[in-house]
Amino acid sequence: MTGTGTSRYVDHVMGMPISLAVRGRHAATPAGRAAWAEAMAVLRAADRVFSTYRADSVVSRLDRGELDLADCPPEVHEVLELGAAAARDSGGAFDVRRADASGRIVLDPSGVVKGWAAERAATPLRTLPGTDFCLSAGGDLVCSTAEPDAAPWRIGIEHPRDPRRLIAVVPIRTGAVATSGTVHRGAHLVDARTGRPPEGVASVTVVADSLTDADVDATAAYALGAGAADWLRTRPARTGLVVWADGTTSLVGSPGAHSNLRVHTQ
Amino acid sequence: MKRIVLWFMSTLTVVTLLFGYHTSTSPGSGAATSVLAAPAVGTDAATGGTSSSAGTVTGTSADTRWGPVQVQLTVDGGSITDVAVIEYPTGNGKDQQINARALPILVEETLDAQSADIDMVSGATVTSEGYIESLQAALDAAGL
Repeated sequence: MTGTGTSRYVDHVMGMPISLAVRGRHAATPAGRAAWAEAMAVLRAADRVFSTYRADSVVSRLDRGELDLADCPPEVHEVLELGAAAARDSGGAFDVRRADASGRIVLDPSGVVKGWAAERAATPLRTLPGTDFCLSAGGDLVCSTAEPDAAPWRIGIEHPRDPRRLIAVVPIRTGAVATSGTVHRGAHLVDARTGRPPEGVASVTVVADSLTDADVDATAAYALGAGAADWLRTRPARTGLVVWADGTTSLVGSPGAHSNLRVHTQ
Repeated sequence: MKRIVLWFMSTLTVVTLLFGYHTSTSPGSGAATSVLAAPAVGTDAATGGTSSSAGTVTGTSADTRWGPVQVQLTVDGGSITDVAVIEYPTGNGKDQQINARALPILVEETLDAQSADIDMVSGATVTSEGYIESLQAALDAAGL
């Protein structure tokens, strides 16, 4: 997919930047720009339903008891089911319901919504023939190439202790990359079992087929703190990188993850 | 001479693991292969000892059916603590099977973002307020 160069588009929704890199046939055509506009429309629609910052969102009204779950649109059920599955799979470390400072249980599905919404937003881009794209929602990405032998997108993984540097590069054609950590927003991610930030882990990056899965698993693994890598190893079809608080790293699901590999010295 | 042979063995082992990955979803199932002694080399070797020394071993680039593969092993106390694939197949359609999730993450410590050839950045959630200072913003502005 070379020849027409890469076009880039940037917009903002849900308080985060959305960046698109697109190359190939529709990198700069009206069809390509229309797909980008449609992707943004999907994200804005998700924000109207799920934002915890908007008092009039469906989720805010549900949280205040002004709306019954039965009356919510199907995507709310879908997201809450994803959240329930993540809570179950992570032993409760990740939960869309958690206690706020006053002890009240609040509903905050944003840990599920971002990846899920970005995955949906990628749908119009996938329909562009002969076109490769990489869509970033605040640092979580959906990548696709039209041809299996295209040059892979090269994704730099931010260093959790120095956002001006990278700690790894992931070459990826079609798939998703999500990273959870606290470098940009302070300690906003907590272990839902304790209400406190996890210890021992600096960031978790997960590569999976779908950003819905990658984002949830990155957040859940991060919430598990010192258990991040061991938990990620139990997850199907995931590749991951855990950066520990001391700066060391663990790879999961790639050749480096085979911890039972032994060196026999002579 | 011995070292060259050992590097080759290391490379073979990891190529086997790459091959094994997409045929099995069970991590570790392809890891029965032994790696023979991997003498410590590299700039971060801790001591000059033998079996218990720590350091990295970089294999030579091996041509596989998918293209060239080169690996770097980190060895500490007689165990491999990390395997990084520093060269990987890119060019032919066969390697699609080991692409996407199966392709190893390349750990390149303190990689300089200025010199790294990257398209996008994955990191902890960037807010709209913080975007202007982010690496992603620099990439977007460059428009490449």
